[in-house]
Amino acid sequence: MTQDGRLLRGLVLGAVGLGLIAPIAFGLLQTGCAAFGLLPALRHHSLSLDPWRQLAALPGFATSLRLSLISGLGATVLSLILATGLCAVFQGRMRPGRSAQLLTPFLATPHAAMAVGLAFVLAPSGWIARGVAAVMGWHAPPDLATVNDGWALALMLGLMVKEVPFLALVILSAQSQIPVARQMAAGRALGYRRGTLWIKIIMPQVWPLIRLPVWVALAYALSVVDMAIILGPSNPPTLAVAVSRWFTDPDPAMILPASAGALAQAVAVLAGIALFWLAERAIRTCGLWWLRRGGRGTWAGPGLRMANVAAMGLMALAALALTALLVWSVAWRWAFPQLLPESWSLAAWAGHNADWLAALRHTIILAAVTTAMSLLLAILWLEGEDRGQLPRAKWAQALIYLPLLVPQIGFLYGLNVGFLRLGVSGGHAAVIWAQVLFVFPYVMIALSDPWRALDPRLGRVAAALGAGPWRRLLLVKLPVLLRPILTAAAIGVAVSVAQYLPTLFMGAGRIATLTTESVTLSSGSDRRVTGVYASLQAALPFAAYLLAFAVPAALHRNRRDLTGAAPA
Amino acid sequence: MKLPLLVPLLLSLASPAFADWQQTLDAARGQTVYWNAWGGDERTNAFITWVSTQTEAAYGVKIQQVKLTDTAEAVTRVLSEKAAGQDQGGSVDMIWINGPNFLAMKEQGLLHGPFVASLPNAKYLDLGPASPASVDFTTPVDGMESPWRLAKFVFTYDSARVAVVPDSMAGFVDWAAAHPGRMTHPDPSNFMGATFLKQALIELAPEPAALQVPVTEAAFATAAAPLWAWYDALRPNLWRQGATFPENQSVQQQLLNDGEVDIAMSFDPASTAAAIAQGLLPETARVFVPKGGSIGNISFVAIPYNAAHAAGAEVVANFLLDPATQAHMQNIDVLGSFSVLDPAKLDAAAQSAFAALPSAAALPTVADLGPTLLEPHASWMTKLTEAWAQRYTK
Repeated sequence: MTQDGRLLRGLVLGAVGLGLIAPIAFGLLQTGCAAFGLLPALRHHSLSLDPWRQLAALPGFATSLRLSLISGLGATVLSLILATGLCAVFQGRMRPGRSAQLLTPFLATPHAAMAVGLAFVLAPSGWIARGVAAVMGWHAPPDLATVNDGWALALMLGLMVKEVPFLALVILSAQSQIPVARQMAAGRALGYRRGTLWIKIIMPQVWPLIRLPVWVALAYALSVVDMAIILGPSNPPTLAVAVSRWFTDPDPAMILPASAGALAQAVAVLAGIALFWLAERAIRTCGLWWLRRGGRGTWAGPGLRMANVAAMGLMALAALALTALLVWSVAWRWAFPQLLPESWSLAAWAGHNADWLAALRHTIILAAVTTAMSLLLAILWLEGEDRGQLPRAKWAQALIYLPLLVPQIGFLYGLNVGFLRLGVSGGHAAVIWAQVLFVFPYVMIALSDPWRALDPRLGRVAAALGAGPWRRLLLVKLPVLLRPILTAAAIGVAVSVAQYLPTLFMGAGRIATLTTESVTLSSGSDRRVTGVYASLQAALPFAAYLLAFAVPAALHRNRRDLTGAAPA
Repeated sequence: MKLPLLVPLLLSLASPAFADWQQTLDAARGQTVYWNAWGGDERTNAFITWVSTQTEAAYGVKIQQVKLTDTAEAVTRVLSEKAAGQDQGGSVDMIWINGPNFLAMKEQGLLHGPFVASLPNAKYLDLGPASPASVDFTTPVDGMESPWRLAKFVFTYDSARVAVVPDSMAGFVDWAAAHPGRMTHPDPSNFMGATFLKQALIELAPEPAALQVPVTEAAFATAAAPLWAWYDALRPNLWRQGATFPENQSVQQQLLNDGEVDIAMSFDPASTAAAIAQGLLPETARVFVPKGGSIGNISFVAIPYNAAHAAGAEVVANFLLDPATQAHMQNIDVLGSFSVLDPAKLDAAAQSAFAALPSAAALPTVADLGPTLLEPHASWMTKLTEAWAQRYTK
């Protein structure tokens, strides 16, 4: 039995190691070689630091790096504050499940789709400006840089729109592991204000549980490409965009400094994480002193409420952006300063543009296969832990997070070379493989907590009634865990749908998904067609989440303790 | 009576070129050609889909368009295949290409060919040594890429908002001073932005002939000095004070449609009429070119050295040169791109097919477009964009 479990987990570990970690290591190695002057295809055979010198001399490199650091760190810190405010204000006033449902649409929308919508809402000729124009009587849009601004503020805003719901959900789920209500009651009895309690008592307990997801959000914000192309500055752009431009420069020799830039990007992410870690140490030291001082606090409440208002404002902006996408997809002419289209048309949905059907089909197939594979791996891993009675391994968790912490641009070029050597590039297999790299970690993270929280007595009762390990898995555990499994699957679908760079690189551009098409189209002039693709791109993960809520609700409608409602 | 007709036919059957072409057709049957082409233009995408249906019916060759945001992506892909030692069965069969990307691939030995002379429809091309079909940005084509559409640099403006347009590149300085913030150009890392600078370079350079040979530091310093003076005067009055630029010409066209700027630019004289028909520009949008003429070049298709379906790609390249295909392409309701064929080499039927094409208010005639200026040597464009970045990307 224990042997069996060890074997099972060993198998899954092997699959994860060989299938997920080795390709990343190989990709990084290839990029690293090119960064230090080794690129046999271009007859570069000797180690040198020239690529780094070239990189430093590239115009705008320093500015690009600074823009990335400011927008990435700034967006993450602000998002963390806003998400904390959101959770603090809603705690005890709204069921966690309900608030999760409200946040889901924003979480499900891929970055690219959200960026396209936001760009239209924020632009000087966009929706907000059109509203102002009606009042002020403008005939032409103002010459103001409200998107693509040189400070990357629009990009920061875009990142925050996506990060706040993510971090809020993470905090909500961490909260469920802490007796928040009792601690709040005790704290209130001692005369602490609600806001102060959240900062002094709840957050220090929540932080260790959300540290890794925050790092993931930080790594993402520092290395995002699609959103930065659409909302970020262009001369120079952020580092990740600059690096991907250098990789596709007409002069192939640019691959050398581009590889160095990709490593610099990885170092920037490491440095960002290190900064967060140092801040954590510093706050821990100062915080203890501050806690022991025992101030009951008056300012924290209004501060958190302001953060909450700002977070709600962001969500309103996001809702406006999603609406803009839908409206554009059915517009014909919609010129400044009209608030609504002058003429409507379904041409973007019908006509020859209906190749969205093919892209939709590809996207659904990829999402279904990658999610199924990731779920299978995750269930086998967790079941292996159960059977082997193995504890939750820290190193294994670090392994899972690795693909999310290393910037994609750092290893995708090298990974493509590796896949080409194996002869699997340019097909569905390569894309599925590359997507599972990113889907599996999220599925695993989403599923492991509910799985480990499962009442072990259920299994014991089944065993006592004579059920073997597989029957216990299939007939007891999986049905009871239906809701978290479907939620994990919905997250998997959302992650798969959003993958841009892996699909582009590994599919040799041949596998057109909603995401690759909508990023390509957003560099074109037809917002209406972009609206079609981006709406679909947002709708697909949303549909998956709806199913994840609806199916268990229907199947378990007569099972009180499985309906997801808090026990009375 | 039939003999005189039959003899040349038999002769041509016996000639190696024709026999080779039959072999190519046989090899191509059943292939799917992965055509890597910039995907930002819906009409071009639709045209490529149309070509696929035609070639599939006639030759059993299907086309799958691989939509690129930048042509260099395909170059990088072939290069990374070479890096991995994949010298056969490559994923890129055909690329819409010209200029620096062609130069890079040709220099790196990444191209298949020469193949153009063996295409039966090459007889409609003017392949003389100085013809635009033989020289791509002054780089000799040497049969390594086959022409398919003509490109000529034009400006677009909204005649309802703008009364007077500049009649030369030099005139843009005064125009922008009178209309601050209403004009911009795509980022010079994009070929359209680079073309805007090149157009000014050609007009302002003391000695335009110097641009036709590979660039040197000294030649660049001399030729570009008036350009930088002009640009420094222009830039403060550009959209957002010249601090940021649209990513490409499509984004700029969207800015024109949104009313954020008054002038956009394109490499396709028919694109304005096409955009109006699609509802992407106001009915009042029109085209203008500087009086001295504008840069023109030809878009080509090339086949990578390791293409999995080179035969199919050759069949497609040949089909693109068919007079009927070129006439269909020049139709404003389809694509509106001007033909690359030499009118003198067409028979009467083909000529009348071109003459019968419909017109549109915003579609310029060939006479409106003025003289065609030669592209500088490709090394100038690389140097120009680098120098621009050195000066203005801080």
